[in-house]
Amino acid sequence: MIAPEVQVCPAGVPLPYRVVGHAIEAPDVATIALEPVGTALPPFAPGQFAMVYAFGVGDIPVSVCGIEGRRLTHTIRTVGAISGALHQVRTDEMVGVRGPFGTGWELPAATGQDVLVVAGGIGMAPLRPVVLAALAAPERYRRLNVLIGARTPRDLLYTQETANWQAAGAQVLVTVDRPDAEWTGDVGVVTTLLERAAFDPHETAAFVCGPEVMIRATARDLVHRGLAPDRIRVSLERTMHCGTGHCGHCQLGPLLLCRDGPVVDWFRAQPLLGVREL
Amino acid sequence: MPDGTPHSVIDKDGLDALISVLTGHGRTVIGPTVRDGAIVLAEVCGGDELPYGWGVELEAGHYRLKRREDGAAFAHSAGPQSWKTFLHPQRVREWSAERRADGELVMAEDDTPPPSYAFLGVRPCDLRAIAVQDRVLTGGPYADRAYRGRREGAFLVAVECTEPGATCFCVSMGTGPAVDDGYDLALTEVIDDQGHRFLVRVGSAEGEAVLAELPCRFADAATETAARERVAEAVGRMGRTMPPVDLQVLMRETLQAERWNDVAARCLTCGNCTMVCPTCFCTTAEEVTDLTGDHAERWRRWESCFDLEFTHLQGGPVRASSRSRYRQWCTHKLGTWYDQFGSSGCVGCGRCIVWCPVGIDIVEEAHALNDERAAASEQAAS
Repeated sequence: MIAPEVQVCPAGVPLPYRVVGHAIEAPDVATIALEPVGTALPPFAPGQFAMVYAFGVGDIPVSVCGIEGRRLTHTIRTVGAISGALHQVRTDEMVGVRGPFGTGWELPAATGQDVLVVAGGIGMAPLRPVVLAALAAPERYRRLNVLIGARTPRDLLYTQETANWQAAGAQVLVTVDRPDAEWTGDVGVVTTLLERAAFDPHETAAFVCGPEVMIRATARDLVHRGLAPDRIRVSLERTMHCGTGHCGHCQLGPLLLCRDGPVVDWFRAQPLLGVREL
Repeated sequence: MPDGTPHSVIDKDGLDALISVLTGHGRTVIGPTVRDGAIVLAEVCGGDELPYGWGVELEAGHYRLKRREDGAAFAHSAGPQSWKTFLHPQRVREWSAERRADGELVMAEDDTPPPSYAFLGVRPCDLRAIAVQDRVLTGGPYADRAYRGRREGAFLVAVECTEPGATCFCVSMGTGPAVDDGYDLALTEVIDDQGHRFLVRVGSAEGEAVLAELPCRFADAATETAARERVAEAVGRMGRTMPPVDLQVLMRETLQAERWNDVAARCLTCGNCTMVCPTCFCTTAEEVTDLTGDHAERWRRWESCFDLEFTHLQGGPVRASSRSRYRQWCTHKLGTWYDQFGSSGCVGCGRCIVWCPVGIDIVEEAHALNDERAAASEQAAS
């Protein structure tokens, strides 16, 4: 029978949050800042995600890209009806939020080591709190490398801020697949930056997020350079409808990614992603 | 309590009384009935609605009712539905949201009181299936409210299996044909020259209280023996048997097997197997708004992993091929369910075999995968 101590899903109904900030990052990408109208959700850890609800449309999983006190920040790319509705919310409007869900990046596990952040496109969003946390505790970590790749210069997120990260002591390297006329930086996939990143493969924790093909290529390259697979943490994406482990959509073999992910170490992820259409 | 209380015996009138007593306690009694040429789970108001004298003839892609001479009430194995129809219904409202004139959003959990059910005639495999869904929907950090409300209030009358079907394989899944716990009352139907009667075992305090209201007598040795023998005989009459290997490991080691192509050539990806499976739990979220646009409701409804939309991502479905979708269903049921929820997702009821329009047989597929793995390792060794 059912153990009496199990709580009925507190995460089943969204709490109202007010939009307190809205910024367009790229033509199809917006960052929204949210504050609770009343009760706040429990604190989020970097890497965890919320189910963000657009009234009358539905909710989608979105990683947190900023956590300051009760304020949550989410960067959302328009890919469907719900993300499109969230892209269009205005300051002072309300959305619903459930969470926090899933596993985090666990940056503290990198204490005393080099930190290597590798982001592809919108994958920079969930990694932003890792960079901020590492910059906030320079005595805890050795070198901080932030490698950023995007399709075009217009797809780069937080460009103002990433310049500041460089000034704050991180090595920030940026590349794009397709440069425009004004681009003077690197051109190529993000893995081409690994050559110039300063890290000791045997004393490094890597945090990788981006399209699955980019995650595979990056992790493969890192393993080739001597990083142990369990020192590489990747954030994976699958369809999610509930966030609470009940809808079944986010399965990746033995994993329920809303519960056992989205952040998984490469030791677990590699054999699963190695099976086509798993 | 199962072994502590002396067993009792009730007759057919005792079964009538059981339905009346449970109804009198304010419960909706759901039991097997005959409708549309099948054994259908529906509300029963009296014992005469039970399928006395009906059995079933089962094969892959085949289901027929057949008359029985002995007049047994529970001589049919799994029908097209399972108890998840009532515990984890096809559509459930999860919350509603209002947008007020000032733009404020107010969201409230659905507070519809759960129905109070009594399930009459829960087969051992289905009792285990309920336990499987308990772990999935209430065993993690978040308990599903709708399921939990229905489940906690439900009174379960199990009936041991004495007439397994040709598609049954509960013995090889360790889920039947006997039951030891997880019920309020457990019946075993006995029909011989001493009459048509039911051995009753008590599994809970509420079960004991209900039994006290029924016309019953202490179990005699003959009935006890006959009941044990009936269930023991059923063990030897299973229509199918899973390969005697660790199925979790078999599924893990055969993800790239050629056999998946073979089954994909037959599978219509219709999702029937997921609808009839007593443990399949997947759902999809559905947002509904009224005409004013200021009132919205979140519903969830059953979803099948055979649906292309199930794994929809920006770049298209993750599992586009029917090979990958059948493999997902089969390996989840027999393998990765252990990783996710600590048990098998299959209880050996055989519904997926019966209701597959092209007769795909999960047992046959498991044997084929096992054979392919054995052949591959033999080849590797030589």
